[in-house]
Amino acid sequence: MKNFKSKLAGVAAAVSLSMGASVSLAADTIKVGVLHSLSGTMAISETTLKDTVLMMVEEQNKKGGVLGKQLEAVVVDPASNWPLFAEKARELIEKDKVSAVFGCWTSVSRKSVLPVFEELNSILFYPVQYEGEESSKNVFYTGAAPNTQAIPAVDYLAEQGVERWVLAGTDYVYPRTTNKILEAYLKDAGVAAEDIMINYTPFGHSDWQSIVADIKKFGAEGKKTAVVSTINGDANVPFYKELGNQGISAEDIPVVAFSVGEEELAGLDTAPLVGHLAAWNYFMSVESDANDTFIENWHAFIGDEDRVTNDPMEATYIGFKMWVEAVEKAGTTDPTAVQDAIIGVSVPNLSGGLSTMMPNHHITKPVLIGEIQDDGQFEIVSSTNGLVQGDAWSDYLPGSKDVISDWRAPLACGNYNVKTGKCSGQNF
Amino acid sequence: MASLRNCLGRSFVALILLFMSHALSASQQSYDDGVEALTSAKLKKVAVGVQLLIDSKHADSQSILSALLDGKLFRHKKEKTLVQVIDETDEGKTVVFLSDPSRTELITKKRAIKRVPLNNNLRRDIRGFLAAQNIQNEDSSVRSAAIQSLLKGADENSLRVMQEQRKVEQDKDVLFLLDTAIALDTLEKGNTEQKLQAITVLEESLEPDVRNALQVYADKNEDPVSAAASKALDKIAEKADFYSVLETIFFGLSLGSVLVLAAIGLAITFGVMGCINMAHGELIMIGAYTTYVIQLLMPNSIGASIIVAIPAAFVVSGLVGIAIERGVIQFLKGRPLETLLATFGISLVLQQAVRTIFSPLNRSVETPEWMSGSIDINPIFSITLNRLYIILFCLAVFALLFFILKKTVLGLQVRAVSQNRDMARAMGVRSEWVDALTFGLGSGVAGVAGVALSQLTNVGPNLGQSYIIDSFMVVVFGGVGNLWGTLVAGMSLGVANKLLEPMSGAVLAKILVLIFIILFIQKKPRGLFPQKGRAAEA
Repeated sequence: MKNFKSKLAGVAAAVSLSMGASVSLAADTIKVGVLHSLSGTMAISETTLKDTVLMMVEEQNKKGGVLGKQLEAVVVDPASNWPLFAEKARELIEKDKVSAVFGCWTSVSRKSVLPVFEELNSILFYPVQYEGEESSKNVFYTGAAPNTQAIPAVDYLAEQGVERWVLAGTDYVYPRTTNKILEAYLKDAGVAAEDIMINYTPFGHSDWQSIVADIKKFGAEGKKTAVVSTINGDANVPFYKELGNQGISAEDIPVVAFSVGEEELAGLDTAPLVGHLAAWNYFMSVESDANDTFIENWHAFIGDEDRVTNDPMEATYIGFKMWVEAVEKAGTTDPTAVQDAIIGVSVPNLSGGLSTMMPNHHITKPVLIGEIQDDGQFEIVSSTNGLVQGDAWSDYLPGSKDVISDWRAPLACGNYNVKTGKCSGQNF
Repeated sequence: MASLRNCLGRSFVALILLFMSHALSASQQSYDDGVEALTSAKLKKVAVGVQLLIDSKHADSQSILSALLDGKLFRHKKEKTLVQVIDETDEGKTVVFLSDPSRTELITKKRAIKRVPLNNNLRRDIRGFLAAQNIQNEDSSVRSAAIQSLLKGADENSLRVMQEQRKVEQDKDVLFLLDTAIALDTLEKGNTEQKLQAITVLEESLEPDVRNALQVYADKNEDPVSAAASKALDKIAEKADFYSVLETIFFGLSLGSVLVLAAIGLAITFGVMGCINMAHGELIMIGAYTTYVIQLLMPNSIGASIIVAIPAAFVVSGLVGIAIERGVIQFLKGRPLETLLATFGISLVLQQAVRTIFSPLNRSVETPEWMSGSIDINPIFSITLNRLYIILFCLAVFALLFFILKKTVLGLQVRAVSQNRDMARAMGVRSEWVDALTFGLGSGVAGVAGVALSQLTNVGPNLGQSYIIDSFMVVVFGGVGNLWGTLVAGMSLGVANKLLEPMSGAVLAKILVLIFIILFIQKKPRGLFPQKGRAAEA
């Protein structure tokens, strides 16, 4: 009977944990929310980020916490369900009273929680590369914007003599916006319209025969060709396989991808991918002391030497460090004070430099181009000389060319049009 | 006089010798500089080094560059010199020093040596250089690869070698390639007469490089060469169009065979038992995971593992199918809605089970050597081997199922039950037993489809979900319970999809096909090949 009771208690505790209302009796902890899908299609990628936040919290607590208080992570599971993201965000802020939230992966989940964060004036750290065209008072974008990932990648390929471009993507907002920016950028650089081929495929596309055959024909017309891939998730595997089978090697037509990282490569046969490229702000193979320590800590925390690290993890790391620094600078966890304090905060990133939070809520980072190796790691073949500042509003799109974002007083606007001199009033 | 001539001759020989030794030392010099540059960690310096080595024409360049290409060339961090890995064990890498080939060392620390970096452009340059050395190779496929790499433009030296090889070449295809390469050169350097002659050779070739070279002349205003070039281009385009139609049909058939494989098991269960099995996709997934497990069990013979996986997947999925039938479906007979919900529930349970057992991440199933690559019919039309095998496999599975249903006792009973269950029971057929076996057969075939799909797509918990809709689409379109219907429907949907794709894009093509099926079902609710018989029409 006693056994049964303790089991029951255990179940109750587990249930309350999973509901997000973790039993906290100590009143003097600072809570941070973790809003990553732990089930459903995005669980593959997002679970790692949840673990990263937990690791960072544990490390910070060992160092004595923040403002003399211990940190406490509140984990919820929005289950890859976009409306649920908004509900869970509201729960974290209103019920659990978290001081900041680390979370979201897909753009649609971010768009779903945005109104909640703005209404309740809380803070979200968003750690994934995204399409830009957004700057909210309440969101800090520590992943790459198109100009800190896509454009340097295209520059690198152009330097390698590429003259024809295939922009291939999955059919949703990130690839469409990125490709629109890239198309405008390439045309500005003097690439003719017939030298750009744009192609969209559905999520999880697995029959790449005709598209690869088209790319092959497109690339056989005498000019050096490259594919800029915004193909998402596991649709990449059959794509690369088909490239290999149709005899297209990375030397003939290199593919540069923005969504393929170490974590994605861990689950696949890398043989057909060797030599293709990826552009990120961080690779596990970066040689720096900070990175070595991070990898060691990660392996110790997760208890598995084979786990890899990737770019969104670094973005989470930077975001967390920035938040801690800002809270200590402001002397409080009050969101408004932290929002003011965090601008200008610099923390070391994992590639050996310092990343700074800019007034547009984006950060400065180096851009690295890596070639995929047979062990699932990247060989870095190019990196930008200095740090690149994330640009919220692309300079290459007609609608956003004149828009800037600066959250410092007195402007305090995420979308100020320098031509009309107006803040459009749109909240994000 | 004689002595003077002698003297002159001697000094001439001396001059040549001097020149040669000078050339030799220049070559040695640029070789040494090249090797020196390779020890740099900077890609730009390495690029300079590679170029020096290629230009040096030094005898050792070839071996050092091919080691570099294979990723065997490392920089010894402490001694700042080049080493080549000759053996790799669990303990570490055994390396040999390039400066002193007799000296070897066992490297146990991973970071003690660093691979000399390469990028795609360098790889291409090295490959081109190495290929050019192979024009006279014994293997005809190596020869043709070498010549192909020279079509973009050959230097004097390789051209001379090709002309020599031309005289002794026996292989017809290589001979044609040689002619093409030489003609391309003539097109560039010859006079009008020779250029026209070259074009008559080139118009037979489908090589993209030939097309590009001709295009350059067609755009120029240099009659009669331009006119001849455009004419040749038209002729090539005509051929290219023909092959692109062939290619589309092949793509369509291969997509179709995937659809047929995924659907044919469903055609049996759905058709015979009238039970809507939403867990069909997960049975396919189980087959794919079986392939993964078999590969784990026999890691040293990936090639054979696929063959072993076929019966294994059949048995595993078949048993799961029989368990589903015995455990759930038999109690829901005649209640299609509940069957649908129950099997949907089972599909979720199976997905979660796989997540728990194997992890939610995709598993990597390796493609065996004999299934990778393609058969090149000509430079613009090639048949990918994995697709070819899957088409053949699909036809084999179809033929086998057809045989089972038409020629065996089980098949007879299955058909009897599907046409009129009560009458069959009255004739002494144990319909329950037939139901279980039919379901097992259908599920087993789904498992076999999983083996094929593991070669084409990702093996993960969501594998089944992406095929269940397509499977139902094919079965309903083809006519429930009809194998021929499934085959024809799958193949025609595949071809239609691929014909639409270039025009409308992949997303729209799928939508158009779906709309077409909806309209078709409105007109002919029983599909392409409706089942006949009183019970079926009732």
